[in-house]
Amino acid sequence: MTTINVNGKPHAVKAAPDTPLLYVLRNELDLDGPKFGCGLAQCGACTVHIDGRAMRSCSVPVSTVKGKVVTIEGLGTPEKPHPVQKAFIEEQAAQCGYCINGMVMTAAALLARNPKPSDTDIRKAMDGNLCRCGTHMRILRAVRRAAGEAA
Amino acid sequence: MKMDRREFLRSAGALVVSFSIPLDAPAQAPAPARAQQPNPRLQQLDAWLAVGGDGTVTVYTGKVELGTGVQTALAQLVADELDVPFERVHMVMGDTAVCPNQGPTVGSQTMMRAGPQLRQAAAEARQTLLGLASAKLDQPAERLTVKDAVVSAPGGKSVSYAELVGGKKFDHAMSGKAKPKSPAELKVIGKPIPRVELPAKVYGTHQYVQNVRVPGMLHGRMVRPPAPDFVVEKVDERAAKKLPGNVRVVAKRNFVGVVADREEQAIKAARALKIQWKQAIALPAMKDMPAFTRGTKSTEHAVASNGDVDSALKRAKAHHAQYYVPHQMHASIGASCAVASVTADGATLWSPTQSSFNLRDAVAKTLGLAPEKVHLIWVEGSGCYGHNGADDVTADAAVLSQAVGKPVRVQWMRNDEHGHEPKGAAMVMDVRGALDEKGNVAAWDYQVWSPGHAGRPSGQAAGNVLAGAALGQPHKLAPNGADRNAKPTYVFPNARVRLHLLQSTVLRVSSLRGLGSPANTFGNESFIDELAAAAKADPIEFRIRHLKDERAIAVLEAVAKLANWEPRPAPRRPKSGEGRGVAFVHYDNYSGYAAVAMQVHVERASGKVRVERVAVAHDCGQIVNPDGLKNQIEGNIVQTLSRALLEEVRFDTKKLTSLDWARYPILRFSDLPREIDIALIDRPDQPSLGAGEPAAAPVMAAVANAIFDATGARLRNVPFTPEKVKAALV
Repeated sequence: MTTINVNGKPHAVKAAPDTPLLYVLRNELDLDGPKFGCGLAQCGACTVHIDGRAMRSCSVPVSTVKGKVVTIEGLGTPEKPHPVQKAFIEEQAAQCGYCINGMVMTAAALLARNPKPSDTDIRKAMDGNLCRCGTHMRILRAVRRAAGEAA
Repeated sequence: MKMDRREFLRSAGALVVSFSIPLDAPAQAPAPARAQQPNPRLQQLDAWLAVGGDGTVTVYTGKVELGTGVQTALAQLVADELDVPFERVHMVMGDTAVCPNQGPTVGSQTMMRAGPQLRQAAAEARQTLLGLASAKLDQPAERLTVKDAVVSAPGGKSVSYAELVGGKKFDHAMSGKAKPKSPAELKVIGKPIPRVELPAKVYGTHQYVQNVRVPGMLHGRMVRPPAPDFVVEKVDERAAKKLPGNVRVVAKRNFVGVVADREEQAIKAARALKIQWKQAIALPAMKDMPAFTRGTKSTEHAVASNGDVDSALKRAKAHHAQYYVPHQMHASIGASCAVASVTADGATLWSPTQSSFNLRDAVAKTLGLAPEKVHLIWVEGSGCYGHNGADDVTADAAVLSQAVGKPVRVQWMRNDEHGHEPKGAAMVMDVRGALDEKGNVAAWDYQVWSPGHAGRPSGQAAGNVLAGAALGQPHKLAPNGADRNAKPTYVFPNARVRLHLLQSTVLRVSSLRGLGSPANTFGNESFIDELAAAAKADPIEFRIRHLKDERAIAVLEAVAKLANWEPRPAPRRPKSGEGRGVAFVHYDNYSGYAAVAMQVHVERASGKVRVERVAVAHDCGQIVNPDGLKNQIEGNIVQTLSRALLEEVRFDTKKLTSLDWARYPILRFSDLPREIDIALIDRPDQPSLGAGEPAAAPVMAAVANAIFDATGARLRNVPFTPEKVKAALV
């Protein structure tokens, strides 16, 4: 049986080994922060961190997960927000919010490896995350704000 | 093979019309159906709001939050009218058991039409509370003041709303006599109150319909044909049924789905099903779509007419252009999802629909239940921008649940959403015009070929959900939206606007943000630009000289200022490849005003268009929440830039091919403009109008006009892909 470590706790997986991590997070761990968007690693709505890297949980078979998984629920909470989450709220950077999990997780991973990104760095890092509401300008402002405050 | 118009007409006429427009469509240009059914319950104040024992105010509304911020903005209205702290107002939205039916959440009409209803209810509640307080405090109501839900008398005695009516019913019939506050009295309306549901979205804890789980729930997946107009010939379920998860196959007529214990098991089972489909009608070749659209059987409707267009066109050199906007999609990031629990006694649906009541009726019809036996609980889904797969997936879940006798959650896969959500209609706009000797417009002759855009389900049109259609329910496409903004706001001495309402569509069509307005505005605002260039006039000055509406002129002047617009004729064709363009809309000819100026860069070698800067001037009357409004405007701009530059639903004659993000790309961060500057024109003395669509309408034309300024090339077919731009440059 596969065991994975999610938000600091081990979890024995019941799903078949080839099941994408996303379904295990949502259906076995009740972690609904990561979203199903495409199942094809094209949109980024399902993004989680595995050993600090932003990964598409819809396309990672659960049996291959060896590292530590952090979901948006493990990233920060209203009591202890991650700087990126705080900045998204301050900039009111969401509309429907369905992509926002991926935006927050991708931005947090970017800032962890590059605390002072240029505007081009930010656009490049976020380029694989799709938003349909057109909240992009606010999302960029939020990531810039988070970078400024974390620095 | 080249087909002439006659052949197109013949072939189109021979089609079996699968998505037919009702034959009783009005002879005149159709007006949007805006009237609500009278409902005696709604005359009761208790239908709209309640004060709890803890002093919280619960507001019931049939409108829903689609990511546009109306949950917050509507609560602002109530807080202000009722003198209750904003934080104490809670909204219950779209639940058919407890909310008033205020019609579907569409057409930028929530703040414009539902807003005044809620304000009226809140004003009525305040007046009622003052009456109760007057008796309790033994003071005439005129001498009482209210602050933070506490009514005070001059001597210092006070009583709270909760003490007056907390936990009890008002039991009061709406008199219609309570007056909403004047602009000077407002404290919450007009403030950029942060969105109430936004923090939960950022912490990953917001309850989307995708998260709904009910006890004993199973997982369903659908199997759909390669394109519309296919029928099931044979279903081979042997391989699927061998898979783990208690796989059940539900195949009835043209409805095919599977149910399994776990989600991943349902996905595998759906993939293992082998279905033989038969295509009833071949799709046309994509390259023929503009001509095919024009040639489709249609009925002609006069939209507007003044003067003598034909004579005026004969007197001067006529200009002529044809424009085309293809099928585009809503392309929600979250594939649609719903949960249904159907028993012999009735059904409960958890749905992200935009039209709770009409969808409830459609599902009831499909299931063979009375509508009052069906309870639809609205839960927010992914943004839907008109009409995505939300209604369809709700009916899918209901049919599967009824078949297996257990609650079923259906999560559409990406190819389901891209392939089978209803599409925005393909439209052709044809304009002829002429200038007089002074360089003013002497004649304007506008024609549009479009189907109706209103394909929402209802009890009478249960086939407007895929499951209903697959099970034989009728499909109806209402004519609304085809002529939206076909009529120009400009005043011309001789003008004629005609709608050719198509009687069939190639793909299944329903409302996409703005309905016909972005396409009609593309036609109108491109052609006025073509005439301005022919007259060697500045595009903004040329527009203003043909306008009488002061608010229209004001947004154009404001956008000129914001964009530092330097008056001159287009095209300039600088070596740098830079160009600027403008476009304007008076949305739906009665709603909000938006003017957009774009600065673009055209890379001549590749044909790639990059939008550098966007300036928007926007007037939607009284502003309720300026930050929420800006968020909507930015969204309208970015989403429609994506539609203008990239988007076209693709197919071959046998199948849809735009089935994922690789084959239907949308705008990415690297394609974004550097800035979107917005000038909000607040008119506190004017009614609030909608903001969900107006700024979208002028975007396509503004980009095309900017490309023209940069290059002298006129792009008349959306999207403006590098290939098309490059071809136009030669």
